[in-house]
Order: sequence, then C-alpha cells, then structure tokens
Amino acid sequence: MGSTALSGRSVIAAGDLGADFWASQGQNLLFAGVAIVAFIAIVALIMFGADLIKGGARDKVQLVVLVAPVLLLLGVGLIYPAVDTAWLSFNEITQAPDPDTGIYTTTMQFIGLDNYRFAFSDPSTLRTILNTFVWMILVPLLSTGFGLAYAVFIDRAKGEKVLKSLVFMPMAISLVGASVIWGNIMYDYNQVGEQTGMLNALRELVGLDPYNFLRDSPWNTFWLIVILVWIQTGFAMVILSAAIKGVPAEMNEAASLDGASAWQRFWRITVPSIRSTIVVVLTTITIMALKVYDIVRTVTQGRDNTDIVANRMYVLSFVEGREALGAALAVILFIFVIPVVVYNVRSLNKVKETH
Amino acid sequence: MSVTMPPQHPVEDPKPTQGKSLTKAAKAKNTLTSPWATAAAIIIALVWTIPTVALFMTSLIPGDRYRTDAWWTVLADGGLTFDNFNQVLFDSFGDNSTAPPLLEYVFNSIVVTVPSVVFPVVLGLMAAYAFAWIPFRGSNFLFVLIFALQVVPLQLALIPLLRILGPDNLGLAGEFGGVWIAHTIFALPLSVFLLHNFVSHIPREVLEAARVDGASHTQMFFRIIIPLSLPAVASLAIFQFLWVWNDLLVSAVFGSANTYPLTYPISNLAGDYGQYAYLVPPAAFISMIIPLIVFFSLQRYFVRGLLAGSTKG
Repeated sequence: MGSTALSGRSVIAAGDLGADFWASQGQNLLFAGVAIVAFIAIVALIMFGADLIKGGARDKVQLVVLVAPVLLLLGVGLIYPAVDTAWLSFNEITQAPDPDTGIYTTTMQFIGLDNYRFAFSDPSTLRTILNTFVWMILVPLLSTGFGLAYAVFIDRAKGEKVLKSLVFMPMAISLVGASVIWGNIMYDYNQVGEQTGMLNALRELVGLDPYNFLRDSPWNTFWLIVILVWIQTGFAMVILSAAIKGVPAEMNEAASLDGASAWQRFWRITVPSIRSTIVVVLTTITIMALKVYDIVRTVTQGRDNTDIVANRMYVLSFVEGREALGAALAVILFIFVIPVVVYNVRSLNKVKETH
Repeated sequence: MSVTMPPQHPVEDPKPTQGKSLTKAAKAKNTLTSPWATAAAIIIALVWTIPTVALFMTSLIPGDRYRTDAWWTVLADGGLTFDNFNQVLFDSFGDNSTAPPLLEYVFNSIVVTVPSVVFPVVLGLMAAYAFAWIPFRGSNFLFVLIFALQVVPLQLALIPLLRILGPDNLGLAGEFGGVWIAHTIFALPLSVFLLHNFVSHIPREVLEAARVDGASHTQMFFRIIIPLSLPAVASLAIFQFLWVWNDLLVSAVFGSANTYPLTYPISNLAGDYGQYAYLVPPAAFISMIIPLIVFFSLQRYFVRGLLAGSTKG
C-alpha cells in the first residue's frame, strides 16, 4: 500500500492507513459507481419499456414515466414533510410509561400555539429570532451593495475577468471553510502574547487594543454576518455585472453629453435599468441568509447571543430531542419567506403571460 | 428565480456585444472609473482574496507554534512546513490522536457528491421536458408548485424526511443511500426549473419535425432533448456539485460517522480550541481544493447556470 514513491514521512503515514482503509474506501466508491449505473439503467429500461406500448396509451404512459419520479419524490420528500412539520409544531411530544404495561411510549398532544408562544416569550429563543431577522436584512443589503459597487467599478476595466474571479472565488468555498477562515484566522484573539488573528494584528499595528470579535455581543452577530457577505458578494456581483452590460450604451452616452456626472448616471440610468435584477439578487440572498446554519454552528455554536433560527432548529430537533419546538422554528423560517414565494410566483406568471 | 430576467435563451453568454463596438472615448465616458473607484475596487479585491491566502499560510504553521506565533512571524524565520497536511490527511483529524484521517472524509465527500449530482439532473431533465413540451392537465399548476418549492427552507422537511428514511421505514438514514435521496429531493425544484428554462427554448420546429416523423416522447427525449440540453446540464451539474460538496446540514442530518463528508469534522473541530486546533486550517484548505479546481476550470458554465436563474432550496 504505502510503497508508492511518496516522500519519507508520508510513506509511513499512508502505510498506516492499512489495507482495511483502502478496501472500505474502494468499496464505497464502487458502491457509488454501481448506484449511478443502476439508476441510469433503470431509468432507460423503464423509458424504453414504455416505448414498446402500442396505441394511444403510449403517450400517456410515457408522460407518467417522465414526471412521476419528480412528483413522487417532491410529494413524499418535501411537501408531505413540510405539512407534517407544520402539524408537529402545534403538538407536544411526551414520553411516558404506559400505565398498564409500563412500556415507554411516545404520545403527541395538540397544544395549539404553545410552541410559538414559547418561542416568542423565551428570551434566548426570541433573541435567536431577532438575530435571524438582522441576518435577513443585513446580508442581502451588504452583499448587493458591495457586489453592485464592485461590478460598476470594474466594468470594462483592464483585467475585468481576473478581478471578477477574485471576488467570485468565495462562492466555491464551503460555508464551513469560510467560517474557519474568518472565525479561526481573521477574528482570532489572544488575551496575551502576539496577536495571531489578522484583524487584531492590524489593530495592534495602528495602536488599537486587541478586540474579541466573537465575544462582544451584539457586534459578534455582525462579524458573523460579514462571513456570509464575503461569500454572497460574488454572486451579486456576477449577476449585476451581466445586467449592467445589458444597459444600452447610448443611454449613458446621451446622459454624459448632457453633462451628467458618473455618480448621477449611476443613480439615474444604471440603477433604474437593472432594478428588476437587483430585486432578484436581493430576494435570492435573503432566502439564502435565512437558511444558513453552517456559520453559526462552526464559529460560535450559538454562544454569546449569536444563535439564529436555522441553528437552533437543528440543535433542538437533532441534538436535544425537542422536535416539536424545532418544528415551530422551521415554520417561523417558512413564514419569513412566504412574501418572497408569493412575489416569485406572481412574477413567474407575469413572464408566462407575456410569453 | 430568473423570473424577472429576460425570457430569452437562458444560457446566452453574459459577455456584452455592444461594448466591443464602442469607440475608446465612449468607453471611457461610460464607466465610473476614477482614481477613487479604482482604489475602492482594489481594496475590495484584496479583502476578498487575502483571507484565503491567510488560511493557506496558517495551515503551514507547525503545531507547537500555532497558539503563539502568527503566520508572518513563522514565515519570517523560515519555520513553515507542510507536515500538517501529511498529518491531517493520513494520520488523524479530530480532537484525539485516534480519530480517522481526513482522507476518509475526502472519499466520503466524493461518494456523497457524485450520485447526488447525477440523480437530480437526470430526473429533473425528464420532468423539465414534460412540463415544457407535453401539454397535460395540471401541468401549469404543478410547475408553479415546483417553482415555489425552490424557496421553501429545507429545515421544514428535515424531521419527517428523517423519519421516512429512518430505521422504522426505509432504513436508509445514516447510509449513503439516504444522503443521496435527501440531496436529490432538495435539488429537484431548482433542477426542474433551471432545465425547464432551457428546454422550453429549444425551437419548436425541431420537436415538431420529429413528432411528425412519429417519434414518441421517449425517442424525442433521447434523440433531441438530451443532446441539445447538455450545456444547461453542465451548468446545473457544476452548481449542484459545489452545493453538495460544500453542504453541511443535509449530511449532518441524514448521514452518520460512515458517511460524513469533509465539512462535518472540520465544523466540529473548528469550534474546539484544544491542542489539535492547528489541524483545522490545513483540513479546511484541503476541503477547498477540489471545488476551487472545478470552479476555476468551469467558471463559464457556472456563471451561465447562475444567470439562468437560481435559488437553492
């Protein structure tokens, strides 16, 4: 195993992994490969099987074959669970021994809005909801603001492509990776000794005292938000940049002949022309910001008043076993996005009508 | 989500065509470019790049100096080393020395990701074709429903779906199969919507000609839809690849110690400031290598996919 020509230390280390390791990893890879081949074979078989049918039933059967898997999976895996979660949020789950048999049984009892009442009255849960609200407002505004500014600054500049890639790159990085970058390196704080965190080293350089970014509530929530803004700005920038390039150049030329400054042209021509794209970017990032739990989980685990609904929902449901309350928080998240759903469906229908 | 974007062909190259025909003077007038704008752009570019570089440099600090010395200090005295990468990948990664090596999670990430990309793309393309080209009762309603599902927080589905996949029912929770199914389900709304955008813009004549020749839906799907939608499939596949590779929530809920991808142990150890904290930066860097390669080599397709309209459920 380890006899491959690796440098000294890694030969030993890789050898330590042993035959078991490679056997089980190979097995997993093989399993994935077989699953893909089998999946494609089954899909193809069913589709060609449906092609053998003669007569008028053929088209109908083939239509069912095409749409049924998606409808079934979404129905069973998304719609039913969503309804079930909503129902669960109005109940209380209790585990108690059965009075006759003594066996522990789980019972569900309808308690109306009690879980919601708790969520909005328990100070720490309420704080979680308010924090989520702050994320929902700040992340889209800051990401879109930075993304738009950058897109305008570098529009038709030399090396635009490379400059875009630099800001877009964090899109490829996981939220966990970005959390490590910021939480463990940029925001790092040492009580004594050299400041190893980049931002605190910078503060020392200009003569400021080191600052514990992740402990100082409520600002720590803002420092966490910065991480998601850092990721999402690239998304906003790429979409807005494409939209800016769609603004007719003649409009800008005419305005500058009329003596409009760059600043005026930006507000009077660019922004109005790409308004609908700005709305799309804002809503997309809003939804994203609501659901993200990776950052809080990785950096603070919700300590020091930084928790958000998505993380609390996970902890309640899958760590603490308080599913009903977790379900209520999931429903609260959904309520936050309902306006966006309605807006989207209405604009989709508009596009369809004009089509 | 591209609903308000122009309803034209969704994968058109975002590059401008009119910009090229402009004279130099017009170009200059068109931009906001001023020394201040340039300075601001440079600052933004630096702030968006330096943290990643800092991660790489930090992962080269020897473990015994991680707490006390910053990377620039270690860099200055020539103490940086690649040892951490060896240790993390092949030795062990975790809060104790018997934890499994990160390489195991690299394999898990691959095993989780590849099928989770293939399944929703294939199923999504089938449904996209039906919604775009086969008129049937309820078609419009179902499509709008799927579209709306894009923004439903997946938190809403986690608890019951885990029960459905769990030991009392399918018995797939904690297995790769369960994670694949969960990822597939959560990817379908975007997959159907994005591919529908594309498939519906295939010229009507192409499909009608085949229809007149007596081609069935199955034959049209294999002969016309698949070959013509490959660009959109590529965009979606890259998008889904990055999404699944970088996901933490779905894998944490539906996986187990046998299936956890890279994000899971890294997220756990990142908040643990114990003696193994120095392993976190190299591990995080390793977890980014494959997505960054995919991203930089296929960026064009990725951008097209984004522009074709995407929110992720």
